[in-house]
Amino acid sequence: MEATLLRVSNLITEFDTDEGRVRAVDDVSFTIDAGETLGIVGESGCGKSVTALSIMRLLPQPMGHIMGGEVVLNGEDLTRANAARMEQIRGGNIGMVFQEPMTALNPVHTIGRQLTEVLYLHKKTTKQAALREAMEMLDRVGIPSPDLRMWEYPHQLSGGMRQRVVIAMALACRPSLLIADEPTTALDVTIQAQILELIKELQFQMGMAVILITHDLGVIAETSNSVVVMYAGRVAEQGTVYDIFERPRHPYTQGLLASIPRLETEPKSKLPIIPGMVPGLMDLPPGCRFENRCPYRIDACSKRPPRLEKMKGLHGVSCIRWREILIGNA
Amino acid sequence: MGQTEGNASPLLEVRDLRMHFPVKEGIFLRTGKYNKAVDGVSLHIAPGETLGLVGESGCGKSTLGRCVTRLYNPTGGQILFDGHDITHLKGRELKPLRQDIQMIFQDPMESLNSRHTVGDILSEPFIIHKIGNRKARQKRVLELLEIVGLPARSATRYPFEFSGGQRQRIGIARAIALNPKLIICDEPVSALDVSIQSQIMNLLIDLQKEFNLSYLFIAHDLAVVKHVSDRIAIMYLGKLVEEGPGQTIYEKARHPYTQSLISAIPIPDPRHHLQRQVLVGDVPSPINPPSGCAFHPRCPKVMDECRSNTPRLLPLKEADAEPGQQVSCFLYK
Repeated sequence: MEATLLRVSNLITEFDTDEGRVRAVDDVSFTIDAGETLGIVGESGCGKSVTALSIMRLLPQPMGHIMGGEVVLNGEDLTRANAARMEQIRGGNIGMVFQEPMTALNPVHTIGRQLTEVLYLHKKTTKQAALREAMEMLDRVGIPSPDLRMWEYPHQLSGGMRQRVVIAMALACRPSLLIADEPTTALDVTIQAQILELIKELQFQMGMAVILITHDLGVIAETSNSVVVMYAGRVAEQGTVYDIFERPRHPYTQGLLASIPRLETEPKSKLPIIPGMVPGLMDLPPGCRFENRCPYRIDACSKRPPRLEKMKGLHGVSCIRWREILIGNA
Repeated sequence: MGQTEGNASPLLEVRDLRMHFPVKEGIFLRTGKYNKAVDGVSLHIAPGETLGLVGESGCGKSTLGRCVTRLYNPTGGQILFDGHDITHLKGRELKPLRQDIQMIFQDPMESLNSRHTVGDILSEPFIIHKIGNRKARQKRVLELLEIVGLPARSATRYPFEFSGGQRQRIGIARAIALNPKLIICDEPVSALDVSIQSQIMNLLIDLQKEFNLSYLFIAHDLAVVKHVSDRIAIMYLGKLVEEGPGQTIYEKARHPYTQSLISAIPIPDPRHHLQRQVLVGDVPSPINPPSGCAFHPRCPKVMDECRSNTPRLLPLKEADAEPGQQVSCFLYK
């Protein structure tokens, strides 16, 4: 069996805001094996990006705090690691790719300088070796004539090319885990297809694990082995990609899957919707956070938050009524 | 003209529309080159019909929408609305047009004035067009809020107090305030969350049925466009490459660009493993477009002819071709 590479258990992250403390991530747990792709899916404000930032200890300071839980990478708890150790880990063991490649690159430095910087910092190689390796990386991510591109600035590249550079930087030190937060959201569909293909290919060659954060269920279905569905800071449902897409048990997952237009949907027909909207983090209900939108709500839902119940294998659901819903008694 | 279903005459007809923006260069800012954002586009929309316009960023789809609303003054070609030539209307002549053609934008936060209450925002169209007195306007504002599914108390609130989906409802209420005939929807759901997207799409479809609205629905998400559209036009670098009934475009796309665009859509089904046609390279610059067919440097089926000659958008001539499908490609002559 594959070994567990990263284990996040009972992660709790809070932010200080003008109106007080809010809990952006509440009791989130999942594991990811070496070489595997885990998709985290959810709508804006569900805590998926904050989860990623907590893993890398990149929460905005001084507002963000990890209040509880563990993030264990290869047996080492990252929530307890000191700043120097985290600097080794970020870029060394964990690579990161964000949504907007322009903000991840320094506009006043050449591509080559930014790429070699990663190698200097983490590998302490000579200048010549770093240059050679940087060029090799650019070639691997599919950038034509890397020897020329090395000396260009980020603004001279297109959006898709910039994202390739960011991926090259993230992978320069052969991390065992790549965290990609909406890596293709800002890109056009044909470029998105190129980038997803590239990540898949590099993952296969280098054997790294990938955490892919996105709101796009299509991207999840195509890339992930296992999936975590988040809603208002909590895990609504998790399981293998087949559990989530073929046997969704949480009313939110079911609603989400039903509401997306598919190519075979009758044009101009009424799409099933999830009524209402996500509660604000400032006024979360004490019970289930989905209750105000849920077609199966009963009074017991408002009493206390549902536990994540394990069903079969990895498949878990945070809904007290999943059995009744399953047999159609709800 | 002839291709609309039935025999309805089109509400909007665009003929060979061109919008070239001058590119200023050098220290004297002389105009050396032109950005041919829209370069010879013809299309038509019937009353109550939705034409979906799809393309990647920079293909000119938003520019085309803005030409139709006459926010831009087109460089060439003709725009006929309800039988009248509106291509070069100026100043006051445009005012009646503003009632008939409205727009919904992608980001409702940027398109709503943050210092005005929702009531003010929704009464403004009536004030500008001098329709009704204060009382009548207030009544109409409440009606509009109800139509788009917002509570009456929203009228006294400010845009920032609403979520993205609710703000888009306000934007839609403003667009339908003056009973327009045509609404240009420029990426109306792309900034919204998945569960909110379907709410807004349902609203747009309901409004269309109720008020016999025509939509030019501009978006990059093909699954969304297919859901709301009767016909779909695909745009690449300022030109239409294919056009036809929505279902036909999906099932029998002929242009290699349309085919790869469709195959690039991620399908929300983990067992779906398609033979994906991943396009190489990026969209070229419209300032310096490739010779011949603008798609030829990325086209998997490129032929010699494509490099030198420019194809035209023509009806498919094959025996089994669906009516109304047009394609701009030398593979289908």
